[in-house]
Amino acid sequence: MTAPRSTGTGTGARPSGPAGGRAPKRRGVELVLLLGAVLISVCGYAEVGLAHDGAVPPDAARYGAGLGLLALLAHLAVRLRAPYADPLLLPIAVLLNGLGLVLIYRLDLETPRDQAATPQLVWSTLGVALFIVVVVLLRDHRALQGYAYVCVAAALALMILPIFFPAVNGARIWIRFGGLSFQPGEFAKILLAVFFAAYLSANLGVLAYAGRRIWRFQFPTWRVLGPIVAIWLVSVGVLVLERDLGTSLLFFGLFVIMLYVATGRTGWIAIGLLLAAAGAFLIGSVEPHVHGRVQDWLDPYASIRAGDGPGQLAQSLFAFAAGGFLGTGLGLGHSVLIGFAAKSDFILATAGEELGLLGLTALFLLYALFVGRGYRAGLSLRDPFGRLLAVGLASIVALQVFVIAGGVMGLIPLTGMAMPFLAQGGSSVVTNWVIVALLVRVSDSARAPEPAAAGPGEPARVEERAG
Amino acid sequence: MIRYIRRAAALCLLLLAALLVNAVRVMVVEAGELDANPANRRGPIARWAEPRGEILVDGEPVTGSRDSGQQLRWERTYRKGPLYAPVTGYASQTYGTTLVENARDGILAGTDPALAPLPLWNELTRGRSPGGDVATTVRAAVQEAAYRGLDGKRGAVVALEPFSGRILALVSSPSYEPGVLSGTGPRVEEAWSRLTTSPNQPMLNRALRQTYPPGSAFKIVTAAAALDEGVVRDVDAPTDTPDPFVLPGTRQVLPNEAKGCADASLAYALQWSCNTVMAGLGVDVGLDGMVAAAERFGFDDTTLRVPSWVAKSNFDRRMSPDQLALSSIGQFDTTATPLQMAMVAAAVANNGEIARPYLVERTTTAGGATVERTPRDRYRQAMSPSTALRLQRLMVRAVEEGTGTNGAVPGARVGGKTGTAQHGFGNTGTPYAWFIAWAQADDAARPAVAVAVVVEDAEASRTDISGGGSAAPIARAVMEEALRLDAESRTGGAPGARGGRPSAAPAPVGPPGGPGRSTPPPRRP
Repeated sequence: MTAPRSTGTGTGARPSGPAGGRAPKRRGVELVLLLGAVLISVCGYAEVGLAHDGAVPPDAARYGAGLGLLALLAHLAVRLRAPYADPLLLPIAVLLNGLGLVLIYRLDLETPRDQAATPQLVWSTLGVALFIVVVVLLRDHRALQGYAYVCVAAALALMILPIFFPAVNGARIWIRFGGLSFQPGEFAKILLAVFFAAYLSANLGVLAYAGRRIWRFQFPTWRVLGPIVAIWLVSVGVLVLERDLGTSLLFFGLFVIMLYVATGRTGWIAIGLLLAAAGAFLIGSVEPHVHGRVQDWLDPYASIRAGDGPGQLAQSLFAFAAGGFLGTGLGLGHSVLIGFAAKSDFILATAGEELGLLGLTALFLLYALFVGRGYRAGLSLRDPFGRLLAVGLASIVALQVFVIAGGVMGLIPLTGMAMPFLAQGGSSVVTNWVIVALLVRVSDSARAPEPAAAGPGEPARVEERAG
Repeated sequence: MIRYIRRAAALCLLLLAALLVNAVRVMVVEAGELDANPANRRGPIARWAEPRGEILVDGEPVTGSRDSGQQLRWERTYRKGPLYAPVTGYASQTYGTTLVENARDGILAGTDPALAPLPLWNELTRGRSPGGDVATTVRAAVQEAAYRGLDGKRGAVVALEPFSGRILALVSSPSYEPGVLSGTGPRVEEAWSRLTTSPNQPMLNRALRQTYPPGSAFKIVTAAAALDEGVVRDVDAPTDTPDPFVLPGTRQVLPNEAKGCADASLAYALQWSCNTVMAGLGVDVGLDGMVAAAERFGFDDTTLRVPSWVAKSNFDRRMSPDQLALSSIGQFDTTATPLQMAMVAAAVANNGEIARPYLVERTTTAGGATVERTPRDRYRQAMSPSTALRLQRLMVRAVEEGTGTNGAVPGARVGGKTGTAQHGFGNTGTPYAWFIAWAQADDAARPAVAVAVVVEDAEASRTDISGGGSAAPIARAVMEEALRLDAESRTGGAPGARGGRPSAAPAPVGPPGGPGRSTPPPRRP
């Protein structure tokens, strides 16, 4: 889907800013790529119908028009309010979202009583709407810095809320009202990333240079480190109580990466890994739910030998193996054998079986590109808050992909989590669109010509407001 | 901070690279192992996703497929299931396949590479060819005659075309409906346990896989050995065998059911089934000679396939003289499948040569193009042609005026041999009545059919006559149908012939050549 960059420059490089275009805006590139993303998704949609019923689905055009309209609206919002944004972020998000809808639609054909594609499309629309709202209303990402403690309070509230709702499949991570269910923990990760970025950027100097030296590692003082470790402990503790270990792992990884980027202390990595190992061992041996997952990871075929048939992970591995190099083709696999959560946590198995190693590689490259563009924005920015925010948001996506893809492919123990954009799950899709919106905003700041008002040497002063 | 961001980015990309390496592990390195895991349903799903090819008798399918709407979509159905079950076997989603369903599974299921339009085509497209058809050598009329004749009694019938080795009928009784095993679920499991625990053993293929003591029917083998070894030079000359006959090295007396067996000729012994004469001849031939002769007929061969495997017919290789004497009249440890005994009859009919028996005439693609045709193949030369001609005459005499008169067919030359197999402790079990025979129309160049019938018959008295009593009429009915079909094919498809299967038509009329040429048996002066 990667169109050559040169094609768009002619249409997009229109000097419009008051200070004149320093960097090309590349909005034309974005539009062309968006068109490609929508076309690929519509082709996938048609292919599913052709393979399954021998005919293009009757609503293929409507599906394409809907997805195209969403992409166009998002593009217009970016063109108007973030003209210098990275042109790859939005097309990748649209393509992944579109392919996710295709895969869910494909699985819907096997489960006539459980239709998930239409709700997913509704959630995607909501996500894009929220994307537009964020891009339009949030003029400067640094505004978020002032809401650091609001963010962390909201994050904790969102995480604690589901404890008062009944557990679903052993995890208390949903809140339900009416017919809708929502996973507040999904949204909490953005709030936490914002808080971490604000807190760390405000305390950069203290964190990096003060503190005791133990053996080869420089430790910060507890006065600085205390609050952050406390918040981390609370969030992880809440998640263990809710048994949503995937998200817990994600928060932990996010925290370690952002701390490392802020301070440059390899000691953080070491301590983080130690903590992770201790926590994993403790939870793995104490908590029966997780213990089962670890056992399943160590030997996915134990249930087959016990005569109980293949478990979910074994079925998932069968699906990937059936894909081979080129896959069976959309609509021709049997990943529905995975059963429960085939459309959400295990959506990647369908991609693996029907698109093959080739398709899976393409998906991973899309994620890598997305994460890479996020980091790119972080590198280009001057203000530490923006940098940390970009790094944090990009890392969320990378870690989430690793945790769930590694889980369903037997690389690490399986923990429930949504594959960004692909998987069924409203909260996840909406959250991911907000992540895209924030990255678009940050990348726009990174590439936009400097306004005359803010001097290049001044960002440090701006940050200090947040602390 | 730039440096740390770069490192963090590298870490993230490393994680994604690890995913990719792991994907290669699962999807390429371990894929074959995972695909082959018996718990992986993809194999069965693909296998039953399309209707199976058909098994044909006289060009008409005796099988079918039914859309079950289940995960394993197409289930096997059978027309006249019990009649053809010993030929087709079953194709079950739960219990696998047997017999022709098993032996030509690749063709029927569409996985045989020969069905693909181009080499490696299916591997590239990940597709599967439509299931091909398997045309059998079985003739419906002959099969039905045999099935009617057994009438549910325990027993089996095998009919062969002696020159070609085509199996014209393969019946085992009592039989079963293989369609009840096709699908999955508790009803199939219940049917399976009912069939497998039934005392009648309906799923046992008695024609191919059950061995019975052949009794006096084995005397043809002993006679062939005696003639080939030169122990008997004149079939009408008296032999030096006393009646009663004391088994060598023992005090045990071998009785005769027939009269006039003392020093009787070979001809008389076969005509009236003298135990004493044949036991004595077996001892005279000696262990080595008898073993060699039995093996030339196919005994002790574990490799015979038709294409399904056939149980080993047994003739012991180490025996004392008294055991050899008993073995030579088809007792002691000597056992044979009905197919083996049909081959004995066919060997005599086909001038000593046994054509390799086969059940699959040809296989085709779904479009009808031939994939493979089974050629006529010589199995073994069981005896010299001259011995065969002399035995033909002796077997004809047994039918014309002897134990086998119930096997006679008007308008045809029929040779036969009866047998009674006693079994069980102290011979208390229900005896098996045997009749092996061959028939040649008076105006035909070569015999049309060789047949072996074995039937467990509680009514029969334990005499050789019983073979003629309960088994011979079944053989006669089978031979009559085979002769009728033979006559139709020789006159170029008379009314009533089931057309559409030229390949199944018996041997051409042209000069057969070699030992196959049928000449009148030499008249001895």
